[in-house]
Amino acid sequence: MISLQHVWKSFDGRQVLRDMSIDVERGESVVIVGGSGTGKSVTLKHIIGLLRPDKGRVVIDGVDIGSMKEVQLNQFRRRFGMAFQEGALFDSMSVFENIAFPLRRHTKMSEAEIRARVEECLEEVHLHGVEKKRPSELSGGMRRRVGFARAISLKPEILLFDEPTTGLDPVISDVIAELITEMDQKLGTTTVTITHDMKVAFKIADRVAMLFNGQIVEQGSPEEFQRSTNPIVRQFIEGRADGPLTDVD
Amino acid sequence: MTAILDRIGRAFLRTLEQTGLWFDALWRTLTWLFRPPFDVTEWLRQMVRLGVDSIPVVFLTTMFTGMVLALQTFQGFQRVHAEQFVASVVSLAMLRELSPVLVGLMVTGRVGSSMAAEIGTMRVTEQIDALKALATEPVQYLFVPRVLAGFIMLPFLVVLGDALGIYGGYLVAVKLMHTNPVIYRQNTYQFLDMNDVWSGLIKAAIFGLILTLTGCVRGYYTSGGAEGVGRATTYAVVSASLIILLSDFFLTKLLF
Ligand SMILES: Nc1ncnc2c1ncn2[C@@H]1O[C@H](COP(=O)(O)OP(=O)(O)OP(=O)(O)O)[C@@H](O)[C@H]1O
Ligand SMILES: [Mg+2]
Repeated sequence: MISLQHVWKSFDGRQVLRDMSIDVERGESVVIVGGSGTGKSVTLKHIIGLLRPDKGRVVIDGVDIGSMKEVQLNQFRRRFGMAFQEGALFDSMSVFENIAFPLRRHTKMSEAEIRARVEECLEEVHLHGVEKKRPSELSGGMRRRVGFARAISLKPEILLFDEPTTGLDPVISDVIAELITEMDQKLGTTTVTITHDMKVAFKIADRVAMLFNGQIVEQGSPEEFQRSTNPIVRQFIEGRADGPLTDVD
Repeated sequence: MTAILDRIGRAFLRTLEQTGLWFDALWRTLTWLFRPPFDVTEWLRQMVRLGVDSIPVVFLTTMFTGMVLALQTFQGFQRVHAEQFVASVVSLAMLRELSPVLVGLMVTGRVGSSMAAEIGTMRVTEQIDALKALATEPVQYLFVPRVLAGFIMLPFLVVLGDALGIYGGYLVAVKLMHTNPVIYRQNTYQFLDMNDVWSGLIKAAIFGLILTLTGCVRGYYTSGGAEGVGRATTYAVVSASLIILLSDFFLTKLLF
């Protein structure tokens, strides 16, 4: 369903993705792991067309979105939900308005239905009594959860999560992980998640992929990934300071 | 020598690039204006923010300008015994030139800058990306209501400015210089033409478009964190003011 084919991307002469390819099947949950600054967020932004590849193709359901016009792409994005790394909440709106935003714009729901759905979404991420607050009044972890709630509010087909559990306590992290698994299984959502938290990764993933040096260097089911003998993967899972990951640059 | 040429060349290219971005944004704003959804509440909110909230600034600026203008012309015209024309000069100058330009520049400082800062902050905190990810075109959601507000509200502010400026001139001439109020009032209208009013209002609408669009574009292409937002704000005010003053000349030439 999602297919990145030989994608190259550089910023100001710095090559971030080099010939990167990955495929995600419908209904699958793929987790991308990798060191900080290796281009995980950049990869996610290519999938939803916020960035366009210098070379290569991004194909969603057989359509190359790299060559799409902005208007078509805008339509196309209704099928997506994305939670950003820093939340990216609209700070001119309350928490309630943030989550209601996609509902108001893309559905004909009544005010009561919107209210109910927003409450439901906040309930899912275990936030209470914050509807009227401004994003600036929330902690980092709370903001991230509101961003998560906003991404799922329309129950989209494809969900992209950029480090949804970073900065959350272990209990809430697990709640979020459960939620992702549940949406995957009950609604058949296709999800791509970025995380540093291996526990979360192994819990939600059908497949784990490791990004290193602008490419996917290893991928497989959580069990396969854990048993991998690839020294890069081993170093990452074990969290050691010395190894091939830290030898570059 | 080559260093100087190099810098001139770069500045020229940058200006060209900015001009390109500006007209591209104008085109996109126009096309998105006619696509649903029409977010009328947001349109109104921006009109209030730009129009109603600017009234105090417009009030002070134009009123005092009218007063100073009367004072200055009075002293000049006295020397050639042409005091009776003070009223005509004040009303002509306010309607055709001063009210549109002053209101344009003041609103640029007040609103154009804050639009650049607001949209620039949205850019550097990924809120623009979030808008897109929520299938909402930023040009439609951010540019259209703001540019529309500028285009529609500036003429209203200018009408207000015209009235206040002329009234300010009247106050000075009559109360301070003891001119005959009846004659002064008569001379205010006598040499006026409907053209004078229209040309000022057309200018105002165009200035409104310029200052809002420049604020939006500068904000939209912000990069580089808080410092970038500061730069975008400054550039928005400087370039919008320059474009207003330059286009003022050509508009005046064009409109009569
Ligand atoms: N819009 C941009 N302009 C310039 N450079 C960028 C941009 N976005 C990303 N980069 C660069 O691309 C590289 C990868 O960034 P990215 O945000 O994808 O990292 P990441 O893998 O998500 O890291 P982290 O785990 O810390 O979030 C970084 O070196 C970053 O500086
Ligand atoms: Mg990232």
